Amino acid sequence: MPDQSESNEILNEFLVESYEGLDQLDLDLVELEQCGANAELIGRVFRCVHTIKGTCGFLGFGVLESVAHVGENLLSKVRDGTITITPPLTSALLLLNDALRAMLCQIEQNGKESDTDHSTLIETLVSLTDGQIASAHAHGNDASATDLDLSDVREPISSGPAHVPPLGQILIESGAVSQADVKAAIHEQALHVEKAPLVGEILVARGSTSAAAVKEALDVQQDARSGHVSDGSIRVDVALLDRLMNLVGELVLARNQILQCTASNADSTLTGTTQRLNLITSELQEGVMKTRMQPIGNIWSKFPRVVRDLAVTCGKQVTIQMEGAETELDKTIIEAIKDPLTHIVRNSIDHGIESPRDRVLNDKSPEGRLLLRAFHEGGQVNIEISDDGKGIDAARLRQHAIDKGLITTEAAARLSDRESLHLVFAPGFSTAAKVTNVSGRGVGMDVVKTNIEKIGGTVDVHSTVGIGTTLRIKIPLTVAIIPGLIITTGRERFAIPQVSLLELVRMEHEEAKQRVEMIYDSPVYRLRGKLLPLVHLSHALGLGREPWPHEPGAAEIPLNIVVLQSDGVSFGLVVDQINDTEEIVVKPLGKQLKGITTFAGATIMGDGKVALILDVHGLAQRSGVLTAERDRNGADKRQDTKTAGQPTQTLLLFGFGGTHRMALPLSEIARLEEFSPSVIERTGRYDVVQYRDRIMPLVRLSEVLEGVTSDAELDGMLQVIVYAHEDQYVGLVVDRILDIVESSVTVQRRRKAGTVLGSAVIQDKVTDILDIRRLIHHVEDDFLATSTPIETREVALHG
Amino acid sequence: MAEVTQYCTFWVGSLYLGTDVHKVQEVMRTLEMTPVPLAPHAVRGLINLRGQIVTAIDLRRRLGLPDRADGVEPMNVVMRTDDGAVSLLVDEIGDVIEVVDSAFEPPPDTLQGDARQLIKGVYKLNGQLLLILDSVKTASSELTLSLAS
Repeated sequence: MPDQSESNEILNEFLVESYEGLDQLDLDLVELEQCGANAELIGRVFRCVHTIKGTCGFLGFGVLESVAHVGENLLSKVRDGTITITPPLTSALLLLNDALRAMLCQIEQNGKESDTDHSTLIETLVSLTDGQIASAHAHGNDASATDLDLSDVREPISSGPAHVPPLGQILIESGAVSQADVKAAIHEQALHVEKAPLVGEILVARGSTSAAAVKEALDVQQDARSGHVSDGSIRVDVALLDRLMNLVGELVLARNQILQCTASNADSTLTGTTQRLNLITSELQEGVMKTRMQPIGNIWSKFPRVVRDLAVTCGKQVTIQMEGAETELDKTIIEAIKDPLTHIVRNSIDHGIESPRDRVLNDKSPEGRLLLRAFHEGGQVNIEISDDGKGIDAARLRQHAIDKGLITTEAAARLSDRESLHLVFAPGFSTAAKVTNVSGRGVGMDVVKTNIEKIGGTVDVHSTVGIGTTLRIKIPLTVAIIPGLIITTGRERFAIPQVSLLELVRMEHEEAKQRVEMIYDSPVYRLRGKLLPLVHLSHALGLGREPWPHEPGAAEIPLNIVVLQSDGVSFGLVVDQINDTEEIVVKPLGKQLKGITTFAGATIMGDGKVALILDVHGLAQRSGVLTAERDRNGADKRQDTKTAGQPTQTLLLFGFGGTHRMALPLSEIARLEEFSPSVIERTGRYDVVQYRDRIMPLVRLSEVLEGVTSDAELDGMLQVIVYAHEDQYVGLVVDRILDIVESSVTVQRRRKAGTVLGSAVIQDKVTDILDIRRLIHHVEDDFLATSTPIETREVALHG
Repeated sequence: MAEVTQYCTFWVGSLYLGTDVHKVQEVMRTLEMTPVPLAPHAVRGLINLRGQIVTAIDLRRRLGLPDRADGVEPMNVVMRTDDGAVSLLVDEIGDVIEVVDSAFEPPPDTLQGDARQLIKGVYKLNGQLLLILDSVKTASSELTLSLAS
């Protein structure tokens, strides 16, 4: 036997190789079951089990060997075609796979085998082997053993694409043993019925050769076996990659210093060399960074097996489809989402997809479909898991949550169907009628959500009853490589994820003076006829307020607008300078900075300096571009169908209760704000908030207008439309801001005009148009009379 | 034999501070820093430490002391924490010293405010007091944020 350290190394190699082999085995077995007999696949499965059996025999793991041996027996019959592949057979082989894996785990942890009893599995396998042989062949156990042992010598020549020489042959060729010895050993092996020792072992035992020679021969055999698979890749320790990455970082810094030196030193050879160093370093840096990226397919690859097993257990038929398996993620993130994904997949099959009978009754194909999709979008990696199952019934979900005491009846009544779906993520929630060993123990989706949120991701659920359910996971870029646009503002560079970028607009100062227009204090730009709200980056980041081009004191410099998109809303970000696009590696910010939503992370620029990466969504929210429930996309589509040519007006749509929609001309409105209920104070008859150093009365439209009921949560954020007149602000509290539409509106006036001018059809829905002046008149009169009577000037209101 | 502990020492203003030498990853001269808009007051910016992005916390601001005069460059004491490295900006670096555990005392109750949270205790040295910094709390997000206002 080899000495201690050498044997440890062999053991490790054996474990790593065997794990890999077993992973592949899972895939192959499932594929075999689906595609039927395929000589190449069977050959691969057989060789995998055979290799494990061979090596563990050599390493002295008797139990493992005996289990693998029985499996091999069975597989050799399958390979010979004497046994056909049936679901029970596949199940048994998959169980064998699990048992082997469990044993390998034991060996890895304890360095020796456990005494777990595998007799049931062995019996199953033996009975499968025997049972079918008895009907197909007259041979008994002896024959199967002989078949197998001879295969030790003959197998590679007769099957499989790769030519793997038998151990005996290698030994003979290397001159370690004579042909006669090998023949004798094979003969001896054939005498054993159960648990036949290996040719190599027998040879060593008989003293024909040394253990070292056998090991060498096994290595040669292994190389031949795996040569065609592992040619293109090698295994590398992640810790080593991390160290390499850090070293490259240092190299970059050193290069930067040299670059600075050569800038002041005009030696042409040095300059040339430095430039080459520069290029090589950049490429090296990029290359090392990419080594950490792995395709998501690496973790998806085990799902076919999971799906197959579950489907069999639940008596369902499920096919799994994958799209975007090549989408790359950092290794750490891949590890982190593995378990949550598995859980979601299990849930989909257990709860989502119906039994074949139910499916047929509902006019669906008996076979359920599970789709995994991954793609980069919005600076994030999106992963979708959709099934075409029965969907989630929001009403039932609410009832269930009430029954479980998770929410009150009142709270449930306030939930929209979409919000109700999120109840599945509540701790202790499980709608499964019965608890199965698969899922339904109420510890699952909340853990999934927690785990995904831990790495900064979000998870969302969409479902249509009878059609299916989709879970969408968004994982932030952290430590991913993305293309980004580098811009400068306030002498600092920032990176903007390219995915959020729509276009760049650059205007000379004179033009900018004309083209940037104001809606009260909000600048807009007409981008191909549509109003694009503008946000100055330095302003949004609190770096000071730059004047707009038409304002006094504005520098005569060109205006750079980066047109961005977030959640379907586009806006223009004004920056000092647009530099370049680069591949950037996103690194997370320290926890001290986690609270700042405007940054998605940081990256290290080519010169070694740190640049912050803007979170376009957070930026849009911070600068008020993005308010709740705006669906600009939807509006755009509908709008396009409208007849062009009519004079159009930009309207702000907002809503009350379930369906009540109202609109105000956007030009009348100063801002949209959100207030937490905690900032509301009371004076006289009115709720007020402090707003821009003033006291702003809040008018709850639901209380002022007839026939309007509110369904807003009492403790939720207040959605407020700020109306400004002279120096006074008035806030109109609405349930939700719906949209801003540009549309030509035909108003059907009411006979008796009140605070509602009339109604119009906007976005195919009847919408009341408010007369804000009348409304404010009414209010201002009331409120301001009690506080500052001087400002209650009738004239001002209509002027 | 009395138990001894090694401390990495540094000055911030007139304070002589120390932190467990095993928690200190390295000490660096001034590194180029990228300011973070909207960040808590004590966070001075981000530095690139050989490819690793490290948050720099100014101990002067953290301890509620006035800022350094213009042109006075701080030193970086890079600490290992559970959430990666954090750099503490200090005025000057002292020696690594060994102190006898028996010379330790908890801070007096008269010590108030943020300093009370951050200073674990005091070693009585010859003619000087060495204040021991709680590095975990110093780098924690809550306190940094609370100081931002």
